[in-house]
Amino acid sequence: MGVARYWREIPARYNLIGKKCEICGKVYFPPRTICPKCRRKSIGKMQDYKLSGKGTVESYTIIYTPPPEFEGKAPYAIALIKMEEGCYLTGQIVDCKLDEIHIGMKVEACFRRIQEDGKRGAIYYGYKFRKAES
Amino acid sequence: MAAIVGYGAYVPRYRIKVEEIAGIWGRQAKSISSGLNVFEKSVPGIDEDTATISVEAARRAVKAAKINPEEIGAIYVGSESHPYAVKPTATIVAEAIGATPELTAADYEFACKAGTAGMQNCIALVESKMIKYGMAIGADVAQAAPGDALEYTAAAGGAAYIIGKEGIAEINETVSFTTDTPDFWRREGQPYPGHGERFTGEPAYFRHVGTAAKMLMERVGSRPSDYDYAIFHQPNGKFPIRIARKLGFEKKQIEHGLLCPIIGNTYSGSAMLGLAAVLDIAKPGQRILMVSYGSGAGSDAFDITVTDAIESYPRQGIRQMIEEKEYVDYATYMKFRREFE
Repeated sequence: MGVARYWREIPARYNLIGKKCEICGKVYFPPRTICPKCRRKSIGKMQDYKLSGKGTVESYTIIYTPPPEFEGKAPYAIALIKMEEGCYLTGQIVDCKLDEIHIGMKVEACFRRIQEDGKRGAIYYGYKFRKAES
Repeated sequence: MAAIVGYGAYVPRYRIKVEEIAGIWGRQAKSISSGLNVFEKSVPGIDEDTATISVEAARRAVKAAKINPEEIGAIYVGSESHPYAVKPTATIVAEAIGATPELTAADYEFACKAGTAGMQNCIALVESKMIKYGMAIGADVAQAAPGDALEYTAAAGGAAYIIGKEGIAEINETVSFTTDTPDFWRREGQPYPGHGERFTGEPAYFRHVGTAAKMLMERVGSRPSDYDYAIFHQPNGKFPIRIARKLGFEKKQIEHGLLCPIIGNTYSGSAMLGLAAVLDIAKPGQRILMVSYGSGAGSDAFDITVTDAIESYPRQGIRQMIEEKEYVDYATYMKFRREFE
């Protein structure tokens, strides 16, 4: 990942800022410039919307053979999470034993190191998920 | 003076026991534990560093204080383990809590006391009306060479304080005592610190912490018995107890803020996490003394009085957070510390 792309995505990566269609009220993450349902009517009506960070594990998988950027981190869990606002996103589950992760588990977003461009490159931060405190 | 408007603390979930480390190096765990008064220490997850710990603590502080983060005019992150040598941790925190772009921000380094130096700066900026709120963070993922004495204590954690005009605790006075004392250091580009072993005691920790505490009490005209709680920097579980006794404080004044025996030395987070544990249980009107220590060397001392506003403040429960833990073995600890990369 290049620094410019990372920088552009900081609001979404750090603070889960997506978009809400003012016409139909649907929340999108990652942010969309138009609502695929309301189409032309939604142009200029997509507002920034900060997700609460709370959601539920809909499904998950354990990665044992990671891509090069995540080498040395395996095994780790990637989950499909349904957020309170109704949208879905994928994220890593942390601070939880792998055999304790289950479908229906309540999770909340936390702030973690995602990857880095080698030893000399930039460090990329963003959201991951942990078991919800309450 | 200014006041603490809010605070947030964060300690990673993982722990390693002193006996696990001692076993690897063929040392007697019991004598190390009793010598240091440390039984286990916190370990950062593989994807945790000073920036992530700072953000977690800062978010808890903003949420509990119920302030608008856009009103934070300064953020200082004190640490000796910033993820970058050049590129501030403070900007990452500012963005992650929604304080950007109208603020000043910087990273501080003064061994274990950079966080309290940030608090003093925030106090000055609030007092001079340059800002409404300032945030000072002390956080570290402390490094220790495998097999070094520091390995039994070097831990991870941090605390964030929001400073403003009025809040849950008034800061009555702060003083500092600073000299050039090379008791502990880490050279540019080196992964692990070096230290002067026994030299870190009398001429370093005890002289600076003791003098700063006495200077403060002289300045405000107080005695040890005037304080309900006292927190001294905790490089191990023994030094703070010894300096407390030397200054005339009793065990009951320091025991609640003494976290080192169960989480190790969180460096820049140490005294500030101890203060967070005390604020978790403090009652209006109670008085607190906090003295940090940074090798190199210096101490910042603070005289604090808890206000009525603490009653409605959502306390963090730092000691409960510490109880939520998972033990790791030495190999996992090394993996999490990314020693194999």
